[in-house]
Amino acid sequence: METLLSGLLSAPVFLAPKPWEDWSLFGEQIVLGLMTGALYALVALAIVLIYRSTDIINFAQSEMAMFGTFAMWSIWLSGVAFFSNPWVLLVLAGLFGLGLGAVVERVVIRPVEGKPILTIVVVTLGLFLVLNSVATWIWAQGELPKSFPSPLSLLDSWDIGFASIPEHRVLIFAIGVAAMVLLGLLFNYTKVGLAMRATAQNPLAAQLMGINVGNMLTLGWALSGALGGIAGALIAPVVTLHPAFMLPVLLYSFAAAVLGGLNSAPGAIIGGFIIGVAENLLGTYTPHAILGPEMSLPLVLMLLVAILLVRPTGLLGERTVRKV
Amino acid sequence: MLRLEGVTAAYGPIVALRDVSLEVEAGSVVTILGANGAGKTSTLRVISGLLRPQAGVVEFEGVAIDRLSPDKIVRLGIVQVPEGRQLFSQLTVRENLELGAYLRRDRAGIRRDLERVFNYFPILAQRQRQAAGSLSGGEQQMLAIGRALMARPRLLLLDEPSLGLAPLVTREIFSIIRAINQQEGITVLLVEQNARLALDIARKGYVLETGRVVLSDLAENLRRNEEVRRSYLGY
Repeated sequence: METLLSGLLSAPVFLAPKPWEDWSLFGEQIVLGLMTGALYALVALAIVLIYRSTDIINFAQSEMAMFGTFAMWSIWLSGVAFFSNPWVLLVLAGLFGLGLGAVVERVVIRPVEGKPILTIVVVTLGLFLVLNSVATWIWAQGELPKSFPSPLSLLDSWDIGFASIPEHRVLIFAIGVAAMVLLGLLFNYTKVGLAMRATAQNPLAAQLMGINVGNMLTLGWALSGALGGIAGALIAPVVTLHPAFMLPVLLYSFAAAVLGGLNSAPGAIIGGFIIGVAENLLGTYTPHAILGPEMSLPLVLMLLVAILLVRPTGLLGERTVRKV
Repeated sequence: MLRLEGVTAAYGPIVALRDVSLEVEAGSVVTILGANGAGKTSTLRVISGLLRPQAGVVEFEGVAIDRLSPDKIVRLGIVQVPEGRQLFSQLTVRENLELGAYLRRDRAGIRRDLERVFNYFPILAQRQRQAAGSLSGGEQQMLAIGRALMARPRLLLLDEPSLGLAPLVTREIFSIIRAINQQEGITVLLVEQNARLALDIARKGYVLETGRVVLSDLAENLRRNEEVRRSYLGY
């Protein structure tokens, strides 16, 4: 009996490496986790950006990014030499997201502004379905998934001693961090950033300062769309392109935003990195029979529920007191 | 300078103002008195473009402004200090003041005006880096007025500046309002529950009841008016 049990437990599916057996693997997993974490942080920031200024969770965030990435895929294959450069595609993905975010705010969100929150939630879910269906209709003919180019190699790695990191992951990290820094500078050191923070806090007072509140909301959605667009083009080369490719990213990022506190930008960044590292460590160190890779998404959702139960405001979120 | 003529306004089915006409002359202090719900705040909301009138005109220096958006109205020099102060409570005192000057581009002028505000309210200079929400009630009112001054207003709309303040603080605020009017030549339209204080600094006043102007006269006449004394001055 005992031998049977121990025999069973030593079967490959129950085996997992232990961190103390190979510290360089541990370090590598952490670094890789930070690389993915930058991506989650980026999308979590996009969620927080909209939530802070409008109290709306944009459930269509993933599909807006997906749509943009497919559009980039189309122009990549258009045959125009300029568009075959992956760097160009990356920039255009950001610009496309910027425009799409602005259009969505003006056309879809503006008409339901001030309506009950449930109405707006349903509208963003509707937008999710519309974008998903249209993308499937346009692009999902023929073979799926489709490959998407990266400016850097997916296979060649940077060797940093204890770990080797694929070049593309380094790119994700670098662009993610750069976008966060730029956003931080925008919000903290420019007049328009100050106006956006003011609008998020007190739209009435912002109007009385002469701030065009509608424009600030459009700008918030545009920036959020740009972050999503860049995130889409960054992850597409890794996970390949199909109409649902951004959904896992959205769920992880949503968990990151909730973990950090939905109204805190620094919280979203920290949350993103924590989720990225946790995902990698869980994937590496849990036996597959107990927690296969299929379980990582449900696990993150359970984490989400747990956070909401224990600390609804997240790590850095502030309880907002609203006067009605 | 400012003229309302036959203004009617409503929130959905609830009529807030009926056929309100009033005039504010350049350089003067004019007050609007009335009980809660009489339409004082609604009048200011109409002037600031936050509430669209259903009928009537609002003119500023001969130009109709009742179809303009709030930011355009601020651009014309009409700046409101709203009821309840409406500060950006999580931003610093300094940031609140900077937002007051949001529409301005003249850096040197903004710096001068910041000094000017700190002259009126020295406590704000000390608290520059503090969150606005951490200030006391009186300091918050000072910040709200200071923030409005940063916009270089020509017409200052003040909604209940004495609300929730201790009598001593209220008196200080009112003496500064008077100074702003006299030294800077800024025209003031003052909505106030404290009729005694308001009539002290105003040249003329309007009394609103359930959305209508029921009385308008020079402040000194209103002070002697039997009706006003009984209803608003309490003697």
